[in-house]
Amino acid sequence: MDQNQAPIYEALDRFRQMRVVPFDVPGHKHGRGNPELTAFLGEQCVSVDVNSMKPLDNLCHPISVIRHAEDLAADAFGAAHAFLMVGGTTSSVQSMVLSACKRGDEIILPRNVHRSVINALVLCGAVPVYVNPEVDKRLGISLGMEREQVAKAIREHPSAVAVLVNNPTYYGVCSDLQAIVQMAHDAGMLCLADEAHGTHFYFGDDMPLSAMAAGADMSAVSMHKSGGSLTQSSLLLTGPGVSPGHVRQIINLTQTTSGSYLLMSSLDISRRNLALRGRKVFAHVLEMAEYARDEVNAIGGYYAFGKELINGDSIYDFDATKLSVHTREIGLAGIEVYDILRDDYDIQIEFGDIGNILAYLSMGDRPQELERLVSALADIRRRYQRDPSGLLSQEYIDPEVVSSPQEAFYADKQSIPLHDSVGHVCSEFVMCYPPGIPILAPGERITAEILDYIEYARSKGCSLTGPEDPDIQRLNVLV
Amino acid sequence: MDLWFSEFHTPDVKHSIRVNRHLYSERSGYQQIDIFDTPEFGRVLALDGNVMLTERDEFIYDEMITHVPMAVHPGIKDILVIGAGDGGVVKELTRYDRVKRIDLVEMDPQVIEVCRAFLPENASRLDDERVHISFENGLRFIRRCHADYDLVIVDSTDPFGPSEGLFTKEFYGSCFHALRSDGIMVNQQGSPFYRHDAEAMKRSHKRIVESFPISRIYQAHIPTYAAGYWLFGFASKKYHPIDDLGAKAWQKLGLKTRYYTTRLHVGSFYLPAFLEQMLREVED
Repeated sequence: MDQNQAPIYEALDRFRQMRVVPFDVPGHKHGRGNPELTAFLGEQCVSVDVNSMKPLDNLCHPISVIRHAEDLAADAFGAAHAFLMVGGTTSSVQSMVLSACKRGDEIILPRNVHRSVINALVLCGAVPVYVNPEVDKRLGISLGMEREQVAKAIREHPSAVAVLVNNPTYYGVCSDLQAIVQMAHDAGMLCLADEAHGTHFYFGDDMPLSAMAAGADMSAVSMHKSGGSLTQSSLLLTGPGVSPGHVRQIINLTQTTSGSYLLMSSLDISRRNLALRGRKVFAHVLEMAEYARDEVNAIGGYYAFGKELINGDSIYDFDATKLSVHTREIGLAGIEVYDILRDDYDIQIEFGDIGNILAYLSMGDRPQELERLVSALADIRRRYQRDPSGLLSQEYIDPEVVSSPQEAFYADKQSIPLHDSVGHVCSEFVMCYPPGIPILAPGERITAEILDYIEYARSKGCSLTGPEDPDIQRLNVLV
Repeated sequence: MDLWFSEFHTPDVKHSIRVNRHLYSERSGYQQIDIFDTPEFGRVLALDGNVMLTERDEFIYDEMITHVPMAVHPGIKDILVIGAGDGGVVKELTRYDRVKRIDLVEMDPQVIEVCRAFLPENASRLDDERVHISFENGLRFIRRCHADYDLVIVDSTDPFGPSEGLFTKEFYGSCFHALRSDGIMVNQQGSPFYRHDAEAMKRSHKRIVESFPISRIYQAHIPTYAAGYWLFGFASKKYHPIDDLGAKAWQKLGLKTRYYTTRLHVGSFYLPAFLEQMLREVED
């Protein structure tokens, strides 16, 4: 297909030139009714914030320009079908899980999934079978799933309907996706990929394998992360073994009927950019990341990790565009470095956890900003370096799943003080945000180890989210 | 023909210079570089449309950013100059026999080439054997330095372009680290007059105050810069810019200057009330 086209963008452009008189929603009427908003966002922007209509198609049932844009996206990503999504990659992940599972079905997945995956299980009533991800002891990060662990889960749960894989994890770690797809298919299961952090895999040389290339059945792709589209826009890709009509019905269960054309046109324009120039763009990002890694490692104390971690199994591949830095050896928790960078140096990075920070590099970065980041890390080391021995290293805490997330979420519950909750079964989420990977999910047993971790994360300045009690002094547990 | 070069000092104020000829106009990898020949200011170098120097008034800037620290610290031998591809700062520094080494770090080689070709007087001392030129990002260069210099001169463009990194805490921290225990850093600190410039000046002054025990601002009148009124920062580990001024010793050198004198040196640190107020806001 001719990837120079951008049908939604072109239709909006035509629409603007027709100077159509709007007697439909949105009520701001091309911005005229809300001059303050128009002054802030710009007239160009608000004039294309319009409703579905024949010349612009309809996201709930695309037959013309949106359909065409989806076909182009499918072609660009090597998928059988692509769905434009406007509810964030959360909506892509949920539609993917809801398309594959129904109440009582088992789904095999690593515990370090994004909360949106477990949220989907709350919605549909599927039961998680967790594969224990390996943990890198030094870095304190969860890795990918080992092949043998997946095979064991499949053997022990032969009636599971799907295997879900992070491709890659937030830190850039990839599992052996092709082998896992093969195992899942051999057992009659679907293979789903959370590619929230993997858009660029489809357009880069020297990149880990993408889900569609590996033969996975569905993938949730965060175009708004490395793809360059607007926040909250995303793609859901499907392979040849999945009925697009069924997936569309599932999407329409929860998706807005007023899909934003700002988001859809940003997907369309970004897809065109990636298809035409993606290889060049990501080669440059990769080059910047490698440079920054070398510079950070030259400072001393910090460890910016990369492809040397690859071990053929739990780190089958590594996304080298990610700039993850282990900070524990300079005596600072990652979250502390994250806060210092923002408060003292006006540098905002993606996240800091207990032992690491992650700086997100993309097509929008320039070498001079990288120099600032590296110099700031050098300055922080000079000013703050201390003995690391008191610092906790992050450990994987193997969850004890007592009931399905849905049962636990809707069951009778009571609110009790956090410190009295050991032994109870939690009915809500607790997570540090970012990265948004649950420490506790609904249906899991609360242990002393988990409470220690929550207290430690809190003391280092992590933002904890999830529970009904905003101060997280109390937890809801099953009665 | 009525040909003018205009620079916007704010969106609502512009400063225009009549142009005889547009001698050079090219985009380097970093910025737009232009040279104009003008009746009033002679040749003018503009980067991204901002006047960097004119033949007519460059002496004010170059003298004030160099002789002030040189007259305070008698032991300056090793100097790092960041930016300054036009060569004006180096031209002043090479007049001192005691200077042993000048490392010049300029990001954009094309600026130096253009200045050699069109502003040969300004660039005349870039070939002095004590001068060592590196084409590199200033932040990157200085990250590797430790107690290597007696003086660091930051001759950057404004803080909203490719030089943004030279107005940051990480940069000033690196400068402190690159200086010996009695070292001095002098930087161009912009103008305090228009609001946008004043905010940037306050931000960077605050960061310098956090990084150095002594940090003072001094001023000069420069016709072609915004509001004609320009500031410099004097940051130091040991020497005080007025108390430690070695006026007699400097006068004995017999350097002929057109703007700088040791009396003006002292006076330039006495600031108008509105500026004192601005600085107090960020120093507390």
